[in-house]
Amino acid sequence: MAMKFEKKSEGVYMLDVRGYVCPHPQIYTKKALNKLNSGDILEVIFDNPSSGESIASMCDNEGNDITDKQREAGDFIWDIKKT
Amino acid sequence: MDNDERKKRLWAYGLLAFFALVSIGTYSYNEYYIYLSVYLWFGLIYGMCLQYGRFCFSSAFRDLFAVGVPRMVVGIMIATALFALVGALVSVTGMSTFHAAPTSAHATIAGFIFGVGMVFAGGCASGSLYKTGEGNGNALMVILSISVTQALFADMAGWTNKLVPQSWHDSAVEKGLPAVINAGDGWLDQYLAGYVWDQPVMTYASLMGMQNDSIAGAFVSNFLVGVILPAVVLLIVVYIFWSRKSFINKRKKLGKTGMTFRDDLNGYWTMIMASKRTAIAGLILGVACGLQMLVTQGLRVKFGVRNAGTLLERMGYDFGLSVNGTVFDPGYWYVTTQEAQWVGWVFNKMGADNMDNIYFGFVNGIPNPAINPADWMSLALIGGAAIMALLHNEFKFKKPTLELAIWAIIGGALMGIGSRLGLGCNIGAFFVRVSQGDVSGWLFGLGMIGGAYIGVKVFNWWTERKMAKEFEACGI
Repeated sequence: MAMKFEKKSEGVYMLDVRGYVCPHPQIYTKKALNKLNSGDILEVIFDNPSSGESIASMCDNEGNDITDKQREAGDFIWDIKKT
Repeated sequence: MDNDERKKRLWAYGLLAFFALVSIGTYSYNEYYIYLSVYLWFGLIYGMCLQYGRFCFSSAFRDLFAVGVPRMVVGIMIATALFALVGALVSVTGMSTFHAAPTSAHATIAGFIFGVGMVFAGGCASGSLYKTGEGNGNALMVILSISVTQALFADMAGWTNKLVPQSWHDSAVEKGLPAVINAGDGWLDQYLAGYVWDQPVMTYASLMGMQNDSIAGAFVSNFLVGVILPAVVLLIVVYIFWSRKSFINKRKKLGKTGMTFRDDLNGYWTMIMASKRTAIAGLILGVACGLQMLVTQGLRVKFGVRNAGTLLERMGYDFGLSVNGTVFDPGYWYVTTQEAQWVGWVFNKMGADNMDNIYFGFVNGIPNPAINPADWMSLALIGGAAIMALLHNEFKFKKPTLELAIWAIIGGALMGIGSRLGLGCNIGAFFVRVSQGDVSGWLFGLGMIGGAYIGVKVFNWWTERKMAKEFEACGI
């Protein structure tokens, strides 16, 4: 599955990196967050568990908030609000 | 808990029962199999710890350079310190199975090649094993690539002999190895016997004029000077360049300004404890690694052997032993050699004459993977990771895409070459050697850090191109 980045609505974006292994999910997440404006939401969908640890640490370091974490049959769906 | 989760839990218990049955069944058949079962159960512990802590050595410096996350550097340093402490205790009892490796710039060059490879592949040698246990097909591709590359590299001769300096050739021939090995033929043979074996073997204890198994040598030189001091310095550098700024920002949000030395100590400790999963995994891994050496050596004393090859021979398995009657039997955690061996065994069964080299023919052999002690460890590592992933509903079969398969093959091949040049991977050449006070361990580590930096640069370029297209399509 190829990486997908879409605008879902005003200020809400979706990054689908299912099927990707480290370091792709965390690098794509970082690049997407860098591009967004403060207050925008990025929904990241990934299925590589270890990327979750890195994304959580990255958000903590950079002050971005993970506002929602969902699990669906091996997939992780996280909403990240850029501060 | 839904049906899917219940099924996964049953699979996890089933796997655990399978490993228990293998141990009990083989022991009932012949008591020597307990030696292989020790590898199996420590492998299982390693797999469970690696999956629980998302413990991948490649992410240590890759994630630091790529996304500014220091959690894995911290986890590795915790595991290294704990392994070093238990290893020092084992050393002073005279039960250590560790042998230091030759030290020279080759370790750094090998580490560099390995470091680039592990970033490309998306996981180091041990990380790829545990991710295979999560159902990750890409990680399995990496393992295949590492295994095949090593098996080919170990037996490479022909035109590659022309690339060997004459001094290596002469030195290799002078070693007087058995004629069947033909040490003057083959690139890796001449590199090993003609160059690497001529380099000094050093531990911090020997550099300070002490014995490795003396209390001062084990605890002061190898543990404090060789591990704790560099680990603390490394983490200070990581704190200053990657973690301090975010700590200051968090304090500002709480209305606190200015930083005292005490605040920095607090920030340093906060960085270390930031990922409890990783820290706990590091702690258990460190202790388990030390204990494996103790238990293995205990069994060697009990059975009166120095290498598992003797046990295999006593059990009637004489195929695939080296000319010295040995097989690969490190007595501690190791990853890459057993991967090379199983492919070497397959190639041999397909008609390849690959026992005329030092790596297989003189040292490690190519025993049947079903009775190869270190293979039991790697298979159980995959199993342990699968058990943990199944229990936490994180197991998912994933087919590699073409893009990832290409990265996996290239990265795996680089790791395979780096492993053979450095006499080990991120575990054997870095983690184990650093922990046991072997000077070559940090040299390999330095190369690995440099390789990770270059690998991240390439990845940044690759992902930047892809993201630019996506941003353009979204109009941002």
